[in-house]
Amino acid sequence: MNALTGTGTLVRLALRRDRVLLPVWIAVFVLMAVTSASATKGLFPTAESVVQAASVMNGTPALVAVYGRIYDPTSLGALAMLKALGTGAVIVGILSIVLVVRHTRAEEDAGRLELVGSGVVGRWAPLTAALAVVVGADVVLGVLTAVAVAAAGLPVAGSVAFGLAWMSVGVAFACIAAVAVQVVRTARAAIGLSMALLGVVFLLRAAGDTADVAGPRWLSWLSPLGWGQQFRPYAGDRWWVLAITLAFAVVVAAVAYLLVSRRDHGAGVFPERLGPATAAPSLRGPLSLAWRLHRGVLLGWTIGFVTYGLMVGSVADSIGSMMGSAESQEMLLKLGGRDVLTDAVFAAMFGLLAVIASAYGVLTSMRLHTEETAGRANPVLAAAVTRARWAMSHVWVALAGTALLLVSAGLAAGVVHAVQTGDGGQVGRVLVGALVQVPAAWVLTGVVVTLFGVSPRLAAAGWAVLVAFLLLGELGPLLELDQWLMDFSPFAHVPRMPGGTVTAAPLVWLVVVAVALTAAGLTALRRRDVA
Amino acid sequence: MTAAIALSGLRKSFGRTSALDGLDLTVRAGEVHGLLGPNGAGKTTTLRILLGLLRADSGTATVLGGDPWRDIATLHRRLAYVPGDVTLWPNLTGGEVIDLLGRLRGGINTTRKAKLIERFEFDPTKKGRAYSSGNRQKVALISALASDVELLLLDEPTAGLDPLMQAVFEDCVAEIRAEGRTVLLSSHVLAEVEKVCDRVSIIRHGKLVETGSLTELRHLTRTSVEADLVSPPDGVVTLPGVHEAHVSGTHLRCQVDTDQLDPVLRALTGLGVRGLMCRPPTLEELFLRHYEVNR
Repeated sequence: MNALTGTGTLVRLALRRDRVLLPVWIAVFVLMAVTSASATKGLFPTAESVVQAASVMNGTPALVAVYGRIYDPTSLGALAMLKALGTGAVIVGILSIVLVVRHTRAEEDAGRLELVGSGVVGRWAPLTAALAVVVGADVVLGVLTAVAVAAAGLPVAGSVAFGLAWMSVGVAFACIAAVAVQVVRTARAAIGLSMALLGVVFLLRAAGDTADVAGPRWLSWLSPLGWGQQFRPYAGDRWWVLAITLAFAVVVAAVAYLLVSRRDHGAGVFPERLGPATAAPSLRGPLSLAWRLHRGVLLGWTIGFVTYGLMVGSVADSIGSMMGSAESQEMLLKLGGRDVLTDAVFAAMFGLLAVIASAYGVLTSMRLHTEETAGRANPVLAAAVTRARWAMSHVWVALAGTALLLVSAGLAAGVVHAVQTGDGGQVGRVLVGALVQVPAAWVLTGVVVTLFGVSPRLAAAGWAVLVAFLLLGELGPLLELDQWLMDFSPFAHVPRMPGGTVTAAPLVWLVVVAVALTAAGLTALRRRDVA
Repeated sequence: MTAAIALSGLRKSFGRTSALDGLDLTVRAGEVHGLLGPNGAGKTTTLRILLGLLRADSGTATVLGGDPWRDIATLHRRLAYVPGDVTLWPNLTGGEVIDLLGRLRGGINTTRKAKLIERFEFDPTKKGRAYSSGNRQKVALISALASDVELLLLDEPTAGLDPLMQAVFEDCVAEIRAEGRTVLLSSHVLAEVEKVCDRVSIIRHGKLVETGSLTELRHLTRTSVEADLVSPPDGVVTLPGVHEAHVSGTHLRCQVDTDQLDPVLRALTGLGVRGLMCRPPTLEELFLRHYEVNR
């Protein structure tokens, strides 16, 4: 028996488990790419309109920071696929991370790998099987995307480069996750660590892409997400970048194999420390328990949001000077000067942050489902704790955490902006821009509580609702959907701040909706059986 | 005597599978009551209804005079529960969980807790994910046993414990009985129920099959008798209540209905007894017989 014995069986097991998940997410990605490719074509009928849009994109640091740079302003393909290349690659990375962890550390956590490992299974087989499945999925995703986008009418070479870009980002993060699951001890921590790394390399790319010619543009080259951009689909099609991503993947995967040969089953790289023999007096009720369970993750998210806020705050002001062309300067003056554009950047950035913060709310309130199915809700509910009190303990953390994230990002952005402009009043203005997003983000937590109240299995549909709201906001205008349809998204009702006028009514309504959804969920929870 | 738990006509089904099919059960205050049944008999479902985690489809359930579905917060201050499959929060230590669960219940007796930790030889400083299933069980047990509650609901509490720890558990239950508190203990480990329980209810397919004290239940069963006699026991074999008789010369081996023991023994002494071995039925036999009868 060698270290790889049993890999084939484990691959088949993984494919059997993911027989719905994998085809669905590959299909969603291909669809997303095709939608971007075909929808954008109609929006820019002339070559001039393409060049104009591309120069606005490249001239807006906030957009460059989020999506990346357009390397050929005359290329319709580069313009059409910019968002898909930037945002899509990040999501491919996230999914690759989640999948690798799901088939490695999560199995180990659950004790199933112990059962599998006692069979005729080599030491490297579980990791190899997980990587084979995820890398294979990324390759299939890349191929299908390239074919579909080319079929939608974009140049073939560029489409292949685009598919390769997505694939290589996915493979890179699959390998990063393969190391993370060896280093830390739980699936949750492995996902956290990998996501934190993804955040770091995103910021490296954002910093490198927004730097001017003399600045540290090389930063982008330190980031797997940057490599994805450097394939430059439809704008040069640089195939040789594939060599970098493959070399990176091989080296990182080698580290994972080295670690897996050295650690004990169920352990991480660092030995487990002992903890206190008695609970601190503060650990006394459901809420303090929930806080204890969520605080580490919330800290990580807060660091991410503060970093993002600092970044947004520092690029927002550079906008005026970056708008080089005479036309755009003129357009700016018509709109009311530099401040208006800066405000618009803040509003757009906080709009994106609100969606991410609502994902925190979804993740945190979904913990109710995990606690129930893992049997950890039982001992709490068997004590003198009502269902509503137990559920609200996690919901409070979700709601307060969502608000905390947006406030900390708003404060960070506001303070940096105030320092740069020398205007202390900017702190409050920018902070308000983040604050108005809070009620919309809360609605998602309410949605999850309602679903969970009806049935724990439904709670996961909260992600689908979040993605639907996100797509309504991102693709709705592209597809020219009716306003009433787009109004389903709570994020469509947020006043654009700073710069706009705060109208209380939509904010109050969003709070009412969030409260009503939560209350409905609690009522339903009181009536059903607890697993 | 008042009833700590009274269930009547309890029905509960999950989709098309019926877990409880008209269950009746009475647990008197101050007794240790064993809920005995094979896997899937409905033991855990019964306990979860008593905890208000599940709502019965029909029938009535009373726990400590209250409605388990409605009066959760007040009832749960007066009872403690040990689930059959204990899962812990991976990043909390065993000691923290013991304290937390006690406090959620409304308080924990710290001296008793310290004593229990010592008796169960439990290390409270490890993180939840580091414990074996037996040690996870100890967390729930220590927390429940250390609380000053009136009623303990224990779902297969010794499943993961080694024999030494099972003995410690049996001592603890005996102490609780001496304090006049009530215990409902589900199990398929017959020896354990035999050692600690005053009364037993046997359930199968969600129905009560038999209930009573161990002595009462034994009335319904047979004693095995083995005798060395002076003369061949031909007449004895045909007496009422004698079953499965095997005779070889003057040696007799048979099963006797426990309420027919007296006439059979008289007949045997009439023949002259050289040696006699009587064995009361084990709960095992009692259990198996119920299944044979009802199969």
